Amino acid sequence: MSSITMTVNGKAVSQDVPDNTLLSDFLRESLRFTGTHVGCDTSQCGACVVHVDGRAVKSCTTLAVSLEGASVTTVEGVANGDLHPMQAAFNEHHGLQCGFCTPGMIMTGIDMVNRYKAAGKPLTEKAIRAELEGNICRCTGYHNIVKAIEDAAANM
Amino acid sequence: MSDGIGARVKRKEDKRFLLGKGKYTDDIRVENQSFGAFVRSPHAHARIKGIDASAALAMDGVLAVHTGPELKADGIGDIITGWAITSKNGDPMKIGAWSPLATEKVRYVGDSVAIVVAETQALARLAAEAVDVDYEVLAPTVATGEAMNPGQALVHDEIPNNMCFDWEVGDEAKTDAGLAGAAHVTEIDLINNRLSPNAIEPRSAIAVYDDAEDHYTLYSTSQNPHVARLVLSAFYNVAPEHKLRVIAPDVGGGFGSKIYIYPEEITCLWASMKTGRTIRWTAERSESFMTDAHARDHVTTAKMGFDADGKIVGFKVDTIANLGAYASLFATATPTYLYGTLLSGQYAMPAIYCNVKAVYTNTVPVDAYRGAGRPEATYVVERMMEKAAREMNMDVADLRRKNFIREFPYQTEVLLAYDAGDFDAVLDMAQQAANVAGFQARKAEATSRGKMRGIGYSCFIEACGLAPSAAAGSLGSGVGLWESAEVRVNPVGTIEILTGAHSHGQGHETTFAQLAADRFGVPIDNVSIVHGDTDKVQFGMGTYGSRSGPVGMSAVMKALDKVEAKVKKIVAHSLEAAEDDIVIEGGEAKIAGTDKKMAWHEIGLAAYLAHNLPEGMEPGLKETSFFDPVNFSFPSGCFICEVEVDPQTGTTQIVQFVAADDFGTIINPMIVEGQVHGGVTQGIGQALMEGVVYDDDGQLLTGSYMDYCMPRADDVPSYTIGHGCTPSPNNPLGLKGCGEAGAIGSPVAVINAIVDAIGTDVEMPATPSRVWAAIQASSMPQAAE
Amino acid sequence: MYDVKYHKPASLADAVAALAAADDGKILSGGQTLLPTMKQHLAAPSDLIDVRGIDGMSSISVGNGTITIGAATVHADVADSSEVKANIPALAALAEGIGDPAVRAMGTIGGSIANNDPAADYPSAVLGLGATVVTNTREIAADDFFDGMFATSLDEGEIITAVRFPIPSRAGYAKFPNPASRYAMAGVLVAETGGSVRVAVTGAGSDGVFRHAGMESALASNFTAGALDGITIDPDGLLSDIHGSAAYRANLVTVMAGRAVAYAA
Repeated sequence: MSSITMTVNGKAVSQDVPDNTLLSDFLRESLRFTGTHVGCDTSQCGACVVHVDGRAVKSCTTLAVSLEGASVTTVEGVANGDLHPMQAAFNEHHGLQCGFCTPGMIMTGIDMVNRYKAAGKPLTEKAIRAELEGNICRCTGYHNIVKAIEDAAANM
Repeated sequence: MSDGIGARVKRKEDKRFLLGKGKYTDDIRVENQSFGAFVRSPHAHARIKGIDASAALAMDGVLAVHTGPELKADGIGDIITGWAITSKNGDPMKIGAWSPLATEKVRYVGDSVAIVVAETQALARLAAEAVDVDYEVLAPTVATGEAMNPGQALVHDEIPNNMCFDWEVGDEAKTDAGLAGAAHVTEIDLINNRLSPNAIEPRSAIAVYDDAEDHYTLYSTSQNPHVARLVLSAFYNVAPEHKLRVIAPDVGGGFGSKIYIYPEEITCLWASMKTGRTIRWTAERSESFMTDAHARDHVTTAKMGFDADGKIVGFKVDTIANLGAYASLFATATPTYLYGTLLSGQYAMPAIYCNVKAVYTNTVPVDAYRGAGRPEATYVVERMMEKAAREMNMDVADLRRKNFIREFPYQTEVLLAYDAGDFDAVLDMAQQAANVAGFQARKAEATSRGKMRGIGYSCFIEACGLAPSAAAGSLGSGVGLWESAEVRVNPVGTIEILTGAHSHGQGHETTFAQLAADRFGVPIDNVSIVHGDTDKVQFGMGTYGSRSGPVGMSAVMKALDKVEAKVKKIVAHSLEAAEDDIVIEGGEAKIAGTDKKMAWHEIGLAAYLAHNLPEGMEPGLKETSFFDPVNFSFPSGCFICEVEVDPQTGTTQIVQFVAADDFGTIINPMIVEGQVHGGVTQGIGQALMEGVVYDDDGQLLTGSYMDYCMPRADDVPSYTIGHGCTPSPNNPLGLKGCGEAGAIGSPVAVINAIVDAIGTDVEMPATPSRVWAAIQASSMPQAAE
Repeated sequence: MYDVKYHKPASLADAVAALAAADDGKILSGGQTLLPTMKQHLAAPSDLIDVRGIDGMSSISVGNGTITIGAATVHADVADSSEVKANIPALAALAEGIGDPAVRAMGTIGGSIANNDPAADYPSAVLGLGATVVTNTREIAADDFFDGMFATSLDEGEIITAVRFPIPSRAGYAKFPNPASRYAMAGVLVAETGGSVRVAVTGAGSDGVFRHAGMESALASNFTAGALDGITIDPDGLLSDIHGSAAYRANLVTVMAGRAVAYAA
């Protein structure tokens, strides 16, 4: 059991958690941010992706206790009154059907746009598809997710 | 009409999902909940000699361990098979008993043996590991094609040869005669590979028992909450229906795998009563792989005969279909009435015969998964057509055109009568979109880069819009397959549509609302769709079999008709006009040709204030309809897949995929395209990479995404979608249904393309190692005789 | 996962002490392999000693003909590093291909080579570039580090602090990913460093990463893909599973070797 303090979606959080608590469970159970989802047990499906200190990571493969002082953003934290351009683009382009993989897709999408902009690299369709390697969708066939991310990139 | 039928309306339900505020079953918390974990068999086949739960029970925080004998002693029923199939000799199908918790034997790795209930999820799982089961391990029967062989272990001791049924459709004598007289006969042996559906949301259940009311509530990741309630009550004896509420909240994908009422839901409900605590359970993905119904798994031999002009004279198909360890809910219908009856494909075949033997093996039970039987049928027909074309030196599209059905309705030799279609138009559209004319040049260019380029077609038709109840009943269905809708116009004019269908990704909250917006011209934001709760919504059959459009929406249309009729009566009476002169549009009702009108909200108010209603009219404005389709619906399409194979590694890249469909009327093209994208991607997964693998001991070798390959974004291209339209004559909107066609037509298009590219056969999944081996084998010099 | 006690030592000395004091402690770096293994109950350490806060463990520096990468440096940082891209572009490309973007944000080189998964990418880089593994007690040459699948020559309680790569005159890495896991079914790193050629193969061998003498001598005389024609890899000793036979992997090794050489040349 350890006491940890971190910032989640802009608010300071301080709790005691068992050391073996995954970040995904901490978010879902302790903080009741259930937007982050768990879809697999081999760190491959990406439904659990959140941002830690500005980088997309798999919350199911991170210990909460290792994030002392970190800043965590979940899908519940990206809108700012209005929808984030990535969220708006997913709606515009029908980039979600059942919605279960969507939080991970949005967080991965925002991360890839940020990194490519910072590096001055063009986010082509091929690059988007490669960057989505760690996010599995069973409903959409990815076609509209790619379009949504392309569109959001132009608006971020 | 910007939000009406045919409009690309953005989804109303997106907001909660985008904000992370969806309410999936595992997101729901119930006060004082406890957690369940299942003890599962590590053996494919074994007798249970004893269960020692003492170590688990001794752990602090473990509330209970319950086993099969207790469950049976409390009268909980065995899991049912919902479709009766009769063998060709008249014998009824042979069903092996399936208890929600195993009693004497376990029959597959993952078979549930006990439930452990504890205060935390982690503890429940730890305690489950501590339950000691004494097994007498038995030899398993694993391979589909060998299950009936003498000497194979019997999965169910009382079922000889592991054979559930030996079913047929069509005319064997006529077909044999046709083949005997054929100028050319093509033969093919095929495997339709076993799949695992893998909706990204794992199955989950929360069972709440209220001992004051003797009432149960089940939150479940279900595609059909009312069916779950019926079955749990009438067959599994959990509780009478009026004491059981089933809620399917947001559900993260189903594809068929969430139709069934599994051991876990049944056991959690019963155990919640035994333990006196709410029990929640959520599958881990590795658990899903060994419990969610698997799919497909056919071994087939087929022969098709042609006359000298290339016209089909006979088609004979022999299939062994694997049921797994137990016959699941739709498992007997999938390889029979959803398979054999589609073997005419788009072609006029004067003689067809299909024999299906369904077998038990010590593997996870197999049941319907996106397409359910129709992908299997399409695979046989369309592999056959291209193989035959090559053997007869004909162009693969020309051979198809020679045999297309062109007059409708068309009665096939295998029970089904197709209602409408224009196969030529859709093939033309697909060839145009795929630039087939330029293929040879693209192939030559690819060859110069050392790559093998190929093109493959799939011209398919399927039967969905399940289903006309009387017909289904006569074929053995245990249920009717109508759908229900209630339209409520509220006092100030907003509308709720309560549907017995369920949306787990299909966008019903938008598309169903489009129907009301279209009919009355009310703003779509004023229309809400209610589904998924048996306490709120009248009985409905749920969503699967591409039925929410043709059947679900038809029920809505009929209910809207009734509302419209009552509205016209109310308005006519209010405005002192004839009913026939009343026109409803733009959210108001008026006397045609005048400006005398009532706004929509005034009409609702009139109905509920009842101050001035026609003589004898009941107050209120709420109408119900139960719609029973008169026939299946028959979407058809033409898919053209172009691939490049790297002969060095055997990797297949899909360079282009064109999907031209005929779904009849389309309510929301954006939604329909999304269904096709998703279905095609699942079909590409089946063709190239997915496959459940068991070893000879019945151990599941593909128990996680590390070994079971799911298609990712970089495995598939963007798609080109086209729509033909020959409306279905059998429902008010002319809908044919669109949810499964993508998965039905695509696997064979991909394989046909690879075969075209590499010049030799390959089985699904056509993984890089298989394709490479096929190329190697075909390029080896033949040994001299 | 089972219960575990987490430590975040501020210094290497503290890490060594924590590891020594634990019943059955393990170093935690990125956790992208260790945590999934613990979740599956295949590993159950009593203590996790997180080395990510220790000075110098996450760093990339260019020295005299070498690049030194701290053991806790994440794959994404190696892939994006201008120093690595300038000096050993094949290493940056290899790091870019590990896992997926989210895994690359956390997974580290130290964790990868300490684990020595037979299908991991980094072992072929360390062996193929003739790197030196630096620990808290000594320096270990690549040829002495890998000891069969999931085994290394690290002593109990020994902690990797950095990996020092000599800068090659040319190097290439080509990997054929397992379609499901995206780990290497065959990953070949080819490098010419200080006049001598090394070829290291990961993913294919049933005992972990290995060098191939035949390919090394062929390339030493003629550093072209063509020089590898006619070299066949013996399927004996290669992995065979549902994803591919030993014969298929043998084929992949030759194909990937050719592509690695083409990149390097």
